[in-house]
Amino acid sequence: MSRDVIPRHGALDPEVGAAELAARYGLGVSGARPSPVEYTRRLWGRRHFIAAFARARGDGQYSRAHLGRLWQVMTPLLNAAVYYLIFGLLIGTRDGVPDFIPFLVTGVFVFAFTQSSVLSGVRAVSGNLGLVRALHFPRAVLPVALTLAQLRQMLVSMAVLVVIVLLAGQVPTWSWLLVVPVLLAQSVFNAGLALVAARLGSAVSDLAQLLPFVLRTWMYASGVMYSIGNLTADAPLPVRVLLDLNPAAVYIDLTRFALIDSFTAAQLPPYAWGVAVAWAFVLGVGGFGYFWQAEGRYGRD
Amino acid sequence: MTERSGTVVGPRPPTVIVDDLHVVYRVRGAGRTKEVKGGATAALARMISPRRLAGERRVHAVKGVGFVARRGETIGLIGSNGSGKSTLLRAIAGLLPAESGAVYSDGQPALLGVNAALMNDLSGERNVVLGCLAMGLSPREVRERYDEIVEFSGINDKGDFISLPMRAYSSGMAARLRFAIASAVNHDVLMIDEALATGDRAFRKRSEARIRELRAEAGTVFLVSHSLTSIRDTCARTLWLENGELVMDGPTDEVVRAYEDSAGRRSSAP
Repeated sequence: MSRDVIPRHGALDPEVGAAELAARYGLGVSGARPSPVEYTRRLWGRRHFIAAFARARGDGQYSRAHLGRLWQVMTPLLNAAVYYLIFGLLIGTRDGVPDFIPFLVTGVFVFAFTQSSVLSGVRAVSGNLGLVRALHFPRAVLPVALTLAQLRQMLVSMAVLVVIVLLAGQVPTWSWLLVVPVLLAQSVFNAGLALVAARLGSAVSDLAQLLPFVLRTWMYASGVMYSIGNLTADAPLPVRVLLDLNPAAVYIDLTRFALIDSFTAAQLPPYAWGVAVAWAFVLGVGGFGYFWQAEGRYGRD
Repeated sequence: MTERSGTVVGPRPPTVIVDDLHVVYRVRGAGRTKEVKGGATAALARMISPRRLAGERRVHAVKGVGFVARRGETIGLIGSNGSGKSTLLRAIAGLLPAESGAVYSDGQPALLGVNAALMNDLSGERNVVLGCLAMGLSPREVRERYDEIVEFSGINDKGDFISLPMRAYSSGMAARLRFAIASAVNHDVLMIDEALATGDRAFRKRSEARIRELRAEAGTVFLVSHSLTSIRDTCARTLWLENGELVMDGPTDEVVRAYEDSAGRRSSAP
């Protein structure tokens, strides 16, 4: 007769117990975190949302600017121009680097992809609290979609890059196709990094202020505007190993290797391809797991 | 006995079970939430000294609330400002952790709050599509329901507003569009926090009809409102919260009468 004991106006019946009643009707704890497999399945179920959100973000980014989407091309170009002025002309890191303009522009664009992924990732949850609090979806959608938006930007930059490389006198070869696997690995790496940044940024709101400095340090250590090989020829071994394992430097150098004739395999860090794939795997899986662990806590105060 | 799998004898199956729920807010810096600015809970927060972080305050916003909501019910939540109504809804939605006790729910309760901004830089059009995709509709389903949503929201009644960015909308228009999007899907549990207050009269009628529809489709609807009229019109059952405690839980007529009596006493007290 237990069921008849439940009062009509729902004060809980002490004899049945909430947990038992919930179990009987298949109710779950509200806001509980699903298993990683279930989480991945739900994330896949929202793939259309990810694509649409990435597209909307890409378009929305410049919607307040008069020149609109022209900035997608202008921003990387202006960046490259600034670095060329400072490092190419004033400081002269181009000494000993053949084809310095393609070398520099490749570095700037490839690093910008990782940089912007991390920067948009750190605000992925904290900057979309309205959405997070209003609608239920796996929160990993946000950093993944924002990385995808940055990938779209990167594809525009790549088109610009090809034009610059051609203007600089490079001749298209089959090796240019190597850009595709490099970009793929870097995208997975960036998504993982964005997931990590999103979780950290949702808990520590000061991180968004701190991150630009971290990223600038990382950029100066990644051989964007100089050749690491030239600089570290006499450096102690641990320093060289550390610089060679730097994922940003590896993705930059592999892209240069693909596009620039004078950048040969000899200039690549050792095991560059293996290191590139390993970083993508470690950050892709690790970042996803790290973000998943806090699912159910995003959007809370 | 009455144990038959799947079938229900007597009361309808529960969709939300709240079991002796306590919610404690931790507020850093200046308080943003309504509960903090409110009277009683703010006083309470001042009494409890900050414990961990400097400037962190703990606000005991919900204290030992328990009830069972069932399929097909529309439940009103009333109480003065800062009584813990919004906090309770957010805890049911799984957006706030329970300090102790638990909330069990059927599926994922959807919370439609008054400040649930979508993407203000994007057009209403895009917000409809993105909102629907986020709720798990397929692109085809979104195309099928798109016209219905826009028509329900009444956004285009005074010209082509749906293609404008949402930041150009009045607060009433934005609230209408949000409600239209969120109610396009049949939620098992839908919670509406003052979201209808900003709509005009015609829209309120439409949305009340939509709430009845959702209820008929076997959902459970919670409605927070300071308008006792809209509570009377839509809810058969009402919970009265005060100071984070459940004062009364029963048929709307009885609860609202008791609430009005109490409010009248307080305002006429010297």
